[in-house]
Amino acid sequence: MKKFAFARSFHILLPALFIAFASTGTALAADTIKLGIAGAHSGDLASYGLPSVKAAELVVKDINARGGILGKKVELLIEDDACKPEMATNTATKLVSRKADIVMGHICSGATKAALGIYKDARLIAVSPSATNPELTQSGQYPGFFRTIASDDAQARLEVDFAVGRLKLKKIAVLHDKGDYGKGLAEYAKKFIEADKKAQVVLFEGVTPGAVDYSAIVQKIRQSGAEGVIYGGYHPEASSIVSQMRKKGMKTLFISDDGVKDITFIKVAGRYAEGVYATGPKDTSKNPLAVAANEAHKKAYGSDPGAFFLNAYAATQAILNAIDKAKSTESAKVANALRTHFVDTPLGKIKFDGRGDAIGVGFAMYQVKNGAYVEVK
Amino acid sequence: MDYFLELFVGGLTLGSIYALIALGYTMVYGIIELINFAHGEIYMIGAFTALILSSVLAMAGMSGPAVLVLASVVAVLYSACYGFTVEKIAYKPLRRAPRLSPLISAIGMSIFLQNYVMLAQTSDFLPFPSLLPDLDFIRDSIPFIGPTELIIVLVTAAIMVLLTLLIKFTRMGKAMRATAQDRNMAMLVGVNVNRVISQTFIIGSALAAVGGVLIASHIGRINFYIGFIAGIKAFTAAVLGGIGSIPGAVLGALVLGWTESFATGYVSSDYEDVFAFALLVVILIFRPAGLLGRATTQKV
Repeated sequence: MKKFAFARSFHILLPALFIAFASTGTALAADTIKLGIAGAHSGDLASYGLPSVKAAELVVKDINARGGILGKKVELLIEDDACKPEMATNTATKLVSRKADIVMGHICSGATKAALGIYKDARLIAVSPSATNPELTQSGQYPGFFRTIASDDAQARLEVDFAVGRLKLKKIAVLHDKGDYGKGLAEYAKKFIEADKKAQVVLFEGVTPGAVDYSAIVQKIRQSGAEGVIYGGYHPEASSIVSQMRKKGMKTLFISDDGVKDITFIKVAGRYAEGVYATGPKDTSKNPLAVAANEAHKKAYGSDPGAFFLNAYAATQAILNAIDKAKSTESAKVANALRTHFVDTPLGKIKFDGRGDAIGVGFAMYQVKNGAYVEVK
Repeated sequence: MDYFLELFVGGLTLGSIYALIALGYTMVYGIIELINFAHGEIYMIGAFTALILSSVLAMAGMSGPAVLVLASVVAVLYSACYGFTVEKIAYKPLRRAPRLSPLISAIGMSIFLQNYVMLAQTSDFLPFPSLLPDLDFIRDSIPFIGPTELIIVLVTAAIMVLLTLLIKFTRMGKAMRATAQDRNMAMLVGVNVNRVISQTFIIGSALAAVGGVLIASHIGRINFYIGFIAGIKAFTAAVLGGIGSIPGAVLGALVLGWTESFATGYVSSDYEDVFAFALLVVILIFRPAGLLGRATTQKV
């Protein structure tokens, strides 16, 4: 989650943008499909929200140029929540009263959660490009919520599915570096393993980052009889632990996260890195649609797109495609279409699972082969 | 029982590593009552020198034990030069200053050396070649100890014996002991105190460099920051054993290494440092001068 400086200059221009849209809005009000765009468009986190507005504009401009969908033009209703939950409820109410058909947003998890209560009552679907809190989809409270970004626990989920489902491990040691990122991931991994009941967590511990030597914990892994280690943390400790395990002749599998999926890990651990698994973001840089979307942004706005631009682009495409396939803006039909029809987006071919998480978005498993990370198919 | 032995050996290795660095702290403290915070950085510089040299030698086509010996010798000499220079620049001008001044100077030197290496080399972790020979027959005959671990323990033990002999039986050692007891009196009987202090720094730095080479090739990675963490642990070991005492530093380091190893093995690695430092507090409560330290009476 990085902030982009250019967004600040852009948000000065935003009021002008609003007026422009408000005027086109009244002109087309007769019969349009109203797409609400909610998120942080002002304040500290505007740089997370504004790229989604631009993404929606680009997609909609494209669609309208080709005659719209279901014979209607698409109109954007842009509302700001400044990433604040208390403002997000107002934003949501406003969108409902302006008769939005569907919403692309919100941006921040907290604001999204606050707004979802209102959308649920109004039977409105919301597709977020960036809200990563796992509970939003997993709690099952918001059946009308979808997202085009992987949730915070997606890496842990992938690691566990891979270790238990693909590698068929029965005994797993879960280690972390006591940091927010590593420990959070490790706790999710432990929860998933225990919930699946197909494997057993034989060791769950934090190691001291930067310690001189990890031989004691390596002995403990061996003693625990673990067939594989799931490690949450970064590459310096991971390379030490892996090297010491291999030096002691242990063949225990090592599975880690995108903190380890780093070329430095391979350089430092050298031949001991071979065979190590790590999850990392799916590579979208070669996707022609992503390249095209980025180019369109450069052409229209004269700058590189900001955070979550591609996610928002995909979300808008998915929404419009679903309305087209459902031949209606009725929530139940659109939700069904979102779940059943694949759509080509800059993030790849996606559709949504029963809980609302995008299938085909997020992380992939990589393995070190001959000194490089190769995606495991 | 095997598990216990493995943890015991792990702790012994870790303790030996700490001991090599702790000796430098304790020798300097014994002679001029200064905590040389830059000592950890000398250890780091030793490791970097060995890395650079072994890369050059590997490019020149050399391999095996020859690289290890050459790299270690150069690292030791180079670090000894650093130790000597650091003392001349940062501590000697402050010989008569209040005790806090050289301490601050030492901290400054430590930060300077860290940043100097970071800028001159890199802030990333670098892979360190495993220079120690991989003696596989050891793994087969003694299952619970790895070859590199065995080498570290043996080298440390040998250095300890040599150091003790040096201090007990040579003229230099005698001069060191005299300076440690009473610097002014030593000067009066004709000991060249400045030279003794320089010698102490040179020996301490050489030991740290040996530690640097051994540990770096055991762990397989270095960066500019490794000296800080190892230095803190070694300093703790020196205090635990009684700072100023050479056998104390070794004992303290071993106790610390075993505590960490067993705490990780039998309790949880989450509490590794908690146990290590709780032990330090307990020992200092009952033996304020450390395990083997002599209680010094304040001279009035």
